[in-house]
Amino acid sequence: MSTLKTTRRVALGLVAAAATSLSAPVYAGGHGIDLAGKTVEWIIPFSETGGSAKWANFYAPLLSEALPGQPTVVVKFMPGAGSTKGANFFQEQTYEDGTTIFGSSGSTQFPFLLGDPRVKYNYADWNVVLASGTGGVAYLPPDLAAKMDGLNAAPLQGEDFIYGNQGATRLDLVPTLAWEMLGLNVESVMGIKGRGDGRLMFERGEANIDYQTSSSYLSGVTPLVEAGTAVPMMTWGALDDDGNIVRDPTFPDIPTFKEVCEATDGCETSGEKWDAWKAFFIAGFPAQKMVFLPNGASNDAIATYTEAFEAVKARADFAEISEKRLGKYPQMTGAAAQTALESGTSVSPAAKDFVVNWLQEKYGVSLN
Amino acid sequence: MDILMEALPALGDAWGLILQPVVIGYLVLGVVMGLCIGVFPGLGGIAGLSLLLPFMFGMDPILGLALMVGMVAVVPTSDTFASVLMGIPGSSASQATVLDGFPMAKRGQAARALSAAFASSLFGGLVGASFLTIFILVARPIVLEFRTPELLMITIFGLSMVGILAGRVAIKGIVAAGLGMLVGTIGEGASSGDLRMSSYDFPYLTDGLKLVIVGLGIFAIPEIISLLRKDRAISAEPQLGGGWLDGVKDWFANIWLSVRCSIIGVVVGVIPGLGGSVVDWIAYGHSVQTTKDKSNFGSGEVRGVIGPESSNNAKEGGGLVPTLLFGIPGSGSMAIFIGAIALLGSGQIEVGPAMLKNNLDITYSIVWLLALANVVGTVICIAASGGIAKLTTIRFALLAPFLFMIISFAAFQSGQNLMDLVALLLIGFLGIMMRRFDWSRPAFLIGFVLSNPAETYANQALQIASSRFRKGFGEGLEYIFTPIVIVLLIITVVSVVVGLRQAKNILAEGDVKSGSKRAPFVFLLVITGYIAYAFYDAASIPSFSRDRTFPMFVSGVCLVGCAILFVRMRLKPETDTIFADRELSGDDSEATHGLWPTLAWFAALLLLTSLMGFILALAVFLFAFMKLRAGVSTVFAAVYTVAGIAFMCGMAGLLNRDFPPGLLQEYVDLPWPLT
Repeated sequence: MSTLKTTRRVALGLVAAAATSLSAPVYAGGHGIDLAGKTVEWIIPFSETGGSAKWANFYAPLLSEALPGQPTVVVKFMPGAGSTKGANFFQEQTYEDGTTIFGSSGSTQFPFLLGDPRVKYNYADWNVVLASGTGGVAYLPPDLAAKMDGLNAAPLQGEDFIYGNQGATRLDLVPTLAWEMLGLNVESVMGIKGRGDGRLMFERGEANIDYQTSSSYLSGVTPLVEAGTAVPMMTWGALDDDGNIVRDPTFPDIPTFKEVCEATDGCETSGEKWDAWKAFFIAGFPAQKMVFLPNGASNDAIATYTEAFEAVKARADFAEISEKRLGKYPQMTGAAAQTALESGTSVSPAAKDFVVNWLQEKYGVSLN
Repeated sequence: MDILMEALPALGDAWGLILQPVVIGYLVLGVVMGLCIGVFPGLGGIAGLSLLLPFMFGMDPILGLALMVGMVAVVPTSDTFASVLMGIPGSSASQATVLDGFPMAKRGQAARALSAAFASSLFGGLVGASFLTIFILVARPIVLEFRTPELLMITIFGLSMVGILAGRVAIKGIVAAGLGMLVGTIGEGASSGDLRMSSYDFPYLTDGLKLVIVGLGIFAIPEIISLLRKDRAISAEPQLGGGWLDGVKDWFANIWLSVRCSIIGVVVGVIPGLGGSVVDWIAYGHSVQTTKDKSNFGSGEVRGVIGPESSNNAKEGGGLVPTLLFGIPGSGSMAIFIGAIALLGSGQIEVGPAMLKNNLDITYSIVWLLALANVVGTVICIAASGGIAKLTTIRFALLAPFLFMIISFAAFQSGQNLMDLVALLLIGFLGIMMRRFDWSRPAFLIGFVLSNPAETYANQALQIASSRFRKGFGEGLEYIFTPIVIVLLIITVVSVVVGLRQAKNILAEGDVKSGSKRAPFVFLLVITGYIAYAFYDAASIPSFSRDRTFPMFVSGVCLVGCAILFVRMRLKPETDTIFADRELSGDDSEATHGLWPTLAWFAALLLLTSLMGFILALAVFLFAFMKLRAGVSTVFAAVYTVAGIAFMCGMAGLLNRDFPPGLLQEYVDLPWPLT
């Protein structure tokens, strides 16, 4: 991967011209980089179907407009091994001229946090320029939802639940752990390829509990709720400035898991189980998706991208278009993104040990 | 009646949107772009749509849709060129077309096969769109009736087509399909992520092998090598017989077959989760079963082209149902399509459950744009087919390096790893050996394609069913034995029984003479060795994991099959069909060039690529091949090389793709495209 790997798109069809553009100036002026005529490759370590694709497709054209020189921003999908493949690839990239960026997700963070043997990447090497939060909503079929006693989920404890699970160590561990804490008997059916498949399984009546991240809930489940075939159960909540879990701003009318847990006998909002759940919730949702520049990126490049994302956020229509596509969540840049990165990529050893043991006992997944 | 009152105005609105000159213009533009990309095997709608994505933001929705739909719609049409002319399955949509289309091309009837295929595609597309116009209104509850047991049953039905394609020794066909399934299980299991036949120390295999690589390896490489060894043109006849009009007449004579296969295509396409992988096999099986004289299948029966091609365009229409109504893409290109729709306009079109209610006019526009794009694409393709068919009269040594270039590039795009090329060569070698010893390659491919759904659905259905059974015996039975499942079960059993009885007449690979005992025996030994190891490997996965069950079951069945084959080899004389060996008589034994020197050329390209990167290696390869093997003049070889490289770079540049780097690139920074 040489310097010209990235400048080559200048040439597009005109291959012969590529060689002459070797010495294209990388820095324009003392602050910021100029990307005129270049193509920014945004690596997404997932397939084209998931939430990360939605998120990147939303930002890519906006970013293109906001970056100096209006480069073309293309999203390059590199799925494999639950996103560790693409992340390992990005780890090997060294900074050249700021035309390679990476979008990570909760599913990239979790294997990193859990010490998965496939992880060869280290978040500490990368440079965060944007952190996007999101939330999640659990929902039930109407007959089961009707059995809940207000916020108290105890009447559901005798039911047999089936949940379409993407993988024990994925983001799905946040909902499955939450349901277990509520005393629900949820059997995970493995092998679905995306949360969309989980929703379909719910719609077919095979699964009778499910969750979606906010943007997928808005587009996929809200119509079901309107049609009366699904009822929201709880959100995972959102974090306030002091780190407390509060109602999700996108779904202010739906109670949080914390509220449901408090109202349900046997569910504790303190202790190691709760701490572990909260730690993984924080790692997985409020800082779920982040944009990085590779190892060794210059301060100019970081500043340029940070400014570009700030410019995107400052668009007059941003609130309107982002609410529809991403939900009402903080889109953090600069110091806020850095804080989000830290909270998203570190959990206490106690929380990690708890989850590692829990995965071993519940699913037989060995991470050691 | 209510539905209709709602639908008719929307349908009118949709036509109003479509029938504007500028919309038609964008559609034609999309179709032409799709054709240019789609004729190259392995580069289908995904590559094309990714190219369009950056332009979609804020575009007028109907124009953007016209452009994208135009491009997606023609891919199953345009990849027919590669299937018929070169024997290369361009995408999963045209696997079955290869079986009879390519033999027709070899007999000098390429134009006839192509135009029959295109006429069927066009018709299938139109039938699909008409069917959808009504069906889409009532599709939601019907689609939701297809639960996991039904999906499993359709997968098994697809697998039962192995019965027809098994070849003369049925057990060989079954073992071949089992081997395909085992190759399909390589990598991380879907259930708990346990590894089968791979390790994290060697990450390439953990993701499993891609269809592009297996399809190209199993079908394309053996055919290319075989043709190259004979050193003549693809068509055995110097004069091309059968113009495009004949093909259209063939289609018209079989119009009812075309109707039935179109319906099969649209119905199977509607079911989310299966997509296109089974459709063309089911259509092929249906074509065989409904033909009285089955003796020509596999050696150029035009019905074997009409069936699959009628179904695969209809399937694209059917595939819109899960995509638009459920927001669940049936294929990779549909996935990008969903992403792109969200970019159009200000994002007011959101696919998913609300699509019909809020955007029925847009939904209808998409359905009919698809049909219209089919018409435009087919007309262009039929017009071009006579000329392009002339390719089959060119001396093959001049085409082969170009094909090697294209398939290497296509294979590399699937994983962007040099190992893609190694895997292609290895699978290609397996394909060559299977062809030589008359093991059914279609059966292998069916097994591979359906391995994943078969395993996933079997595990899920079992798990959900056991949960239902715990609630009550009746509830469990009700879950498994729905009317749909029972009907599919009956069809499957009938098709297996009938298929196996007829399989002896259908020589998908042509007649192969038998010869000595040793070579077929050694090949069987190697196959058995792999299967036995796969069994051992799966058995060593901890027993609480569901990832071990499927490979253990399949390899267990295969081992029994292998044992029967060994016994039969022991008992029968060497003239028995079980000892079929192509190297002993027929075309291959009389070939001008040996197998190993020919394969060595391809291996050399791979080796050079690993040393100095793809483009430099390609330059050396093209020039040396032209000069030494094809024996052309230095000037011609040089021009050929430059043209080949320029073409490759132009295409990769346009599609924004990289080439495999080699050892040299580790040490030296070279400008693109040499990286």
